[in-house]
Amino acid sequence: MKTFKLGGVHPEENKLSAGAVVETLPLPEKVCIPVSQSLGAPSKVVVEKGELVKTGQLIAKGESFISSNVHASVSGKVVKIDEVIDASGYRRQAVFIDVIGDEWVENIDRTPALVSEITATKDDIVKKINEMGIVGLGGATFPSHIKLMVPEGKKAQYLLINGVECEPYLTSDHRLMLERGNEMLVGIKILMKGLDVTKAYIGIERNKPDAIDHLRNLCKDFQGIEVVELKVKYPQGGEKQLIKAVTGREVPSGKLPIEVGCVVNNVGTALAVYEVVQKNKPLIDRIVTVTGKSLQKPSNLLVRIGTPISSLIDFAGGLPENTGKVINGGPMMGKALTSLEVPVVKGTSGILIMSEQESVRVPVSNCIRCARCISVCPMGLEPVLLAQLAENQGFEQAEKEHIMDCIECGSCHFTCPAGRPLLDYLRLGKNKVGFIIRTRGK
Amino acid sequence: MNETLVFAVISLSAIGVISAIILYFVAQKFKVIEDPRIDIVAELLPGANCGGCGLAGCRAFAEELVKTADLSALNCPVGGSDTMKQVAAALGLEAEEKDPMIAVVRCNGSRTNAPQKVKYDSAASCAFAHSLSAGESGCPNGCLGLGDCVVSCKFDAIYIDQETGLPVVSNEKCVACGACVSACPRHIIELRLKGKKDRRIFVSCVNVEKGGPARKNCSVACIGCGKCVKECPYEAITLKNNLAYIDYSKCRLCRKCEPVCPTGAIQELNFPVRKEKPGQPEVVSDAAKE
Repeated sequence: MKTFKLGGVHPEENKLSAGAVVETLPLPEKVCIPVSQSLGAPSKVVVEKGELVKTGQLIAKGESFISSNVHASVSGKVVKIDEVIDASGYRRQAVFIDVIGDEWVENIDRTPALVSEITATKDDIVKKINEMGIVGLGGATFPSHIKLMVPEGKKAQYLLINGVECEPYLTSDHRLMLERGNEMLVGIKILMKGLDVTKAYIGIERNKPDAIDHLRNLCKDFQGIEVVELKVKYPQGGEKQLIKAVTGREVPSGKLPIEVGCVVNNVGTALAVYEVVQKNKPLIDRIVTVTGKSLQKPSNLLVRIGTPISSLIDFAGGLPENTGKVINGGPMMGKALTSLEVPVVKGTSGILIMSEQESVRVPVSNCIRCARCISVCPMGLEPVLLAQLAENQGFEQAEKEHIMDCIECGSCHFTCPAGRPLLDYLRLGKNKVGFIIRTRGK
Repeated sequence: MNETLVFAVISLSAIGVISAIILYFVAQKFKVIEDPRIDIVAELLPGANCGGCGLAGCRAFAEELVKTADLSALNCPVGGSDTMKQVAAALGLEAEEKDPMIAVVRCNGSRTNAPQKVKYDSAASCAFAHSLSAGESGCPNGCLGLGDCVVSCKFDAIYIDQETGLPVVSNEKCVACGACVSACPRHIIELRLKGKKDRRIFVSCVNVEKGGPARKNCSVACIGCGKCVKECPYEAITLKNNLAYIDYSKCRLCRKCEPVCPTGAIQELNFPVRKEKPGQPEVVSDAAKE
């Protein structure tokens, strides 16, 4: 069974919503769409207050290289362009729309029929993905068209599709592979054409046997696409871990996957690419898992971007009384929300509700030098050392110890018997070291 | 037996003499000529090595002092003007009189003024909390109360008040070295004039949000209404990004701005209690108001 070699942990899977069919959330009354939904600079708003917009209309244009376009996810009236609290509690610019009906931009094909013939050329594909605001839907929200623009002198050899979903609780990718497999495979074909590669692998962990069987069946009609069954191990969904698991290649420190001839995309991104290229539909909705042990009805919901998270929770049975934390993302890498009125954005893959008992942190005690964090680190770093350096502001030394290679998977924090907040300090250190590196050239 | 002793004494003495000669020449060859005044000046400095002067430590500062001909750009905040006068006398230069400064915490978002909305339970570091979220009260600019400033202070001059959750600067201990200013990730702490009898008046808020959102999180936030700007007779107050700022070099401590502030964001320290009729602040009573 294939997997990556270095480190890794196996947290309780808790895939409560694995059997829940994707339901479409009814249109909300109001949406609020943040204009900065990808890595990079915020996009520029191109609509005005009072304007009537249709679903799929461009409302914010990405102006820098690494930023992406944002489209209206509903039809209605722009009531204001103001700031909204984002998942971290800080304010970001957003467009507020009051929903009126559900009128779509004319050239969007809304029929469910599968369009499997790819007529678009390579340049068309890249251009369309850029215009329609596709970003990596795994969570990092890196604009997808940049991944398709292979730098000169490099050659993409394999396209890897990430269907690992190694985060506990989350099931949105699992359901997507089961229910929209054909569309996704066409999306993969489009990406292969865009990249000029002949071989694509879909990496899926073996705890999703139904998805593996289903896609293996479908793949018979798609040449060059192969499903790779992987051992269950966290963080296999990390880009570098997936490459190592599937191809055995190792991405050098500080380099991108293209260095070893690979490009990695999420299954959600592949589906979005299909919708963009074949159906002309911009990225205006996504599948979000709403889950938690205390939640009445853990579900997978197809949600329009900009819907407040509170309405997702209401749909899944309402917020349980003893809720301690509501986490944006999975339990390993997600961050706790400060408000429930935060809108769903392109990078929202799951909402996890934890009860008060579950969300209590282990009391922190002294490091006992067991080195478990070192043995589980999938990047081969020494989390204990890096955390100490970050805590004592030894940022230059931390940089030499490759703190920037940390993928923030949280395996070290998860495994620490002394309950030390290693990931917290690593994030702090990465933040500071990143700032030092960025300001060094200036 | 005797012979062995004599040989030993003679050979050891010879080695000693030869080594001494070599060492003498080496010392001559690699002699470091150092300004003798550096030692004298370093002796006068407080020796706190706090870095408040902007240099690596007291010795580095002494080296810089000896080199310069004009002392106006250099200042030891710890020793204050007394030390600088002594240094100037030792170097035969003129010392410029500098008014003492103090660190001022420009946030009044205490637990009652800015109630807790969410709970933060990660590492006790302001820098980290700042990078993660807006904070427990929801104010994106306010004090997080986790004490990065306390850790940075080498003079034990700042502590977190357990009741309000805000840092308090000691009038006596603070030397205005500026360590807390750079430690605060939200730039809340500022060095301001210490003021006559420790009297200070300042806008105790750094929130740049619009009035509505700012007040939502904190009852004493500056809403940028501009009333104080109009009231100030000395043009010391400026309004930028929905936030008023009192320029301490222009402020004459007339106290006219404080009563007009609708939210109470302007704070005055150590002034006598106001009499019925405002505008006569010079009626001094010693009951200092904290």
